[in-house]
Amino acid sequence: MTSPYVLSTLLLYSVSLALYIWNLREPSRMAGIGATVCLIGALGLHYLALLERSRLIHAVPYDDLFGSLSLFAWLLAATYLVLEAIHRRQAVGPFVLPIVLVVFLLAHASEARPIKAPPAQGPLFAFHVTLNILAYSAFAISFVLSVIFLLQNRRLRDHRLGMVGWRFPALDVLERMTRSSVLIGCGSLAAGMTAGFIWAHRLQGVYWDGDPKVIVTILILAAYIGYTFLAQTAAWRGARASVLCILNFMFVIFSYSIVNRYLSHFHRYF
Amino acid sequence: MEIVLIGLNHRTATVELRERVAFSVEQACEAADQLRSRGILDETLVLSTCNRSELYGVPRELATDSAGAVELFLASFHQLAPADLNGSLYRHRDRSAVDHLFRVAAGLDSMLLGEAEILGQVREAYRIALDHGATGPVLNRMFQGALEVGKRVRNETEIGTRPVSVAFAGVKLAERIFGKLNNHRALIIGAGATSEQVVRHLCDRGVKQLRVLNRTEEHAVDLAARFGGEVIPWENLASALEWPDLIVTSVSGAEPILARAAIERAMGRRGNRALLMIDLGVPRNVAAGVGDLYNTYLYNIDDLTEIVEQNKKARQAEIPRAETIIEEQIEKFMHWQAGVAASAVLGDLRTKLAAERESFLHERMSSMPDLSEQDRAQVAALLEEFADRVVLKPAERLRGIPELRRKLQNLESLRDLFHLDREKP
Repeated sequence: MTSPYVLSTLLLYSVSLALYIWNLREPSRMAGIGATVCLIGALGLHYLALLERSRLIHAVPYDDLFGSLSLFAWLLAATYLVLEAIHRRQAVGPFVLPIVLVVFLLAHASEARPIKAPPAQGPLFAFHVTLNILAYSAFAISFVLSVIFLLQNRRLRDHRLGMVGWRFPALDVLERMTRSSVLIGCGSLAAGMTAGFIWAHRLQGVYWDGDPKVIVTILILAAYIGYTFLAQTAAWRGARASVLCILNFMFVIFSYSIVNRYLSHFHRYF
Repeated sequence: MEIVLIGLNHRTATVELRERVAFSVEQACEAADQLRSRGILDETLVLSTCNRSELYGVPRELATDSAGAVELFLASFHQLAPADLNGSLYRHRDRSAVDHLFRVAAGLDSMLLGEAEILGQVREAYRIALDHGATGPVLNRMFQGALEVGKRVRNETEIGTRPVSVAFAGVKLAERIFGKLNNHRALIIGAGATSEQVVRHLCDRGVKQLRVLNRTEEHAVDLAARFGGEVIPWENLASALEWPDLIVTSVSGAEPILARAAIERAMGRRGNRALLMIDLGVPRNVAAGVGDLYNTYLYNIDDLTEIVEQNKKARQAEIPRAETIIEEQIEKFMHWQAGVAASAVLGDLRTKLAAERESFLHERMSSMPDLSEQDRAQVAALLEEFADRVVLKPAERLRGIPELRRKLQNLESLRDLFHLDREKP
């Protein structure tokens, strides 16, 4: 936590969040530009913090829970930045950045210690972990977008748009952004799992050794694929699909916490 | 470099008077020509809209009561007696004139606070005057500043973003649900004036797929023809509900024309795609329970009126932010103007010093016949260098220190001090 990279990243994420909130409350071109510039700066410094951690533990930075959380926060911020650039909407920033900040704080709350016996690794392992964490980041974005959709939908149905109601993206835009995030997540998760299977086969001679984490991850993938289909159907279109997306993300959190901590033997960090 | 503004607007004059004092493009050019040829103004610009007629100008140096002369001209140009304009005209000078123009461009002086059209009208008035050669450096700078103010106020505040008419509020609500409207479909039930206002806004926002239903089909045909829509017979109302994303109703009748069951069936047929219904009818045209159906959004006239009232308050709340921008831009303009005026005074001072030097040399050298031509030339060169130093140093400081330009408020006193009065043209 004492690393200058970590401290300056924390500072820039905080300034960026403050500017996003300011821009949502009182739209200002300077605040909007400042928020995005600070976020880009924070991403650069965060990357240097990840590299620093990597050098300290003599392994990839996500080899422990804290490192993986840090990478998750970085990918979450990066995914959001891409979405902001594509859709030119900044109103989602105040909802994504708090998650990035909390996860980053959790990740860097403990000192990085060199690991004793690094397992056999390689580029395939790196792809496996990075793609899976990217998928979780994309699912986290879809979760935030779904929450905003439900809030905005409630405001519109109750005729209480208020101050921020006029500044949120349209419901249709939120739906499209959610679907694209989920698609990115599904693609990354499928590719990441495939890389994991191949890597496990090279290491142990089997594709899957019965680790519950794999089953849970396959179920998560199925749940999100199910969402993409259901969100187009008459019965689920709109708010119901958003609720489903939020529930799916609860499943992701369950996998990332309970499954990793207590059920998995191959994917646990402790 | 005085600036004068004479004008009237919706607050000071009746519509009848505004109509009489309005300028067409040709009249604006003719007025500019006459004001300059009569020696009243050096630079002129006429801003004429349905709510205001304003004449901006820079009078000739040392002209006295130029504002009064412009007032008399305004009355005679429109064949009015000066008394007809009594109490209706406002006068602004210098900073106050700049402040007024910047407020106009920002939409703060408009009948509908924050309306956007005025900025386009200011831009057009400036373009016409510029093309006609009626403006000069002062008005050019001032109107470029006004356009910048208008742009900044619209970009940096929300003074013009939220709708303040019921029809536009309905369309903006549709954008909160569907985003861009160009690929969405609208069904208009009723072809009266209210419906027409909504249709106009919908078309402005890119809606291309439009269907119109009305009990009297001729009215529907007329509305559809004007906006490129399609007419649906009134009998097909139930089946027509499946098609649109947005329904606008405004028909008279004691009972609602859209019952919950009809909308429920339509929603089923259209796969529960989101449906916004804007009910502008009194009594209401859509049954109250329709708003509870999944993925439907129902707004009646009271809901929209409430939104409009909230938005009006929100626009009022943005005024201080707009005024801060205006103040910044006024300061910028005043700095520039002070710099130009100070440079002019220093230029005159330099000319004056050169003349004084010549006369001084001529006077003194006549009593020194022993001096050679070379010595005389050397003395003249030294005096010239000295005079340049006296004037050039302050000129450089003025160019480099904007704060100094602001402090030099009363340049006319400098003219008096050094006897720099120009001859009247």
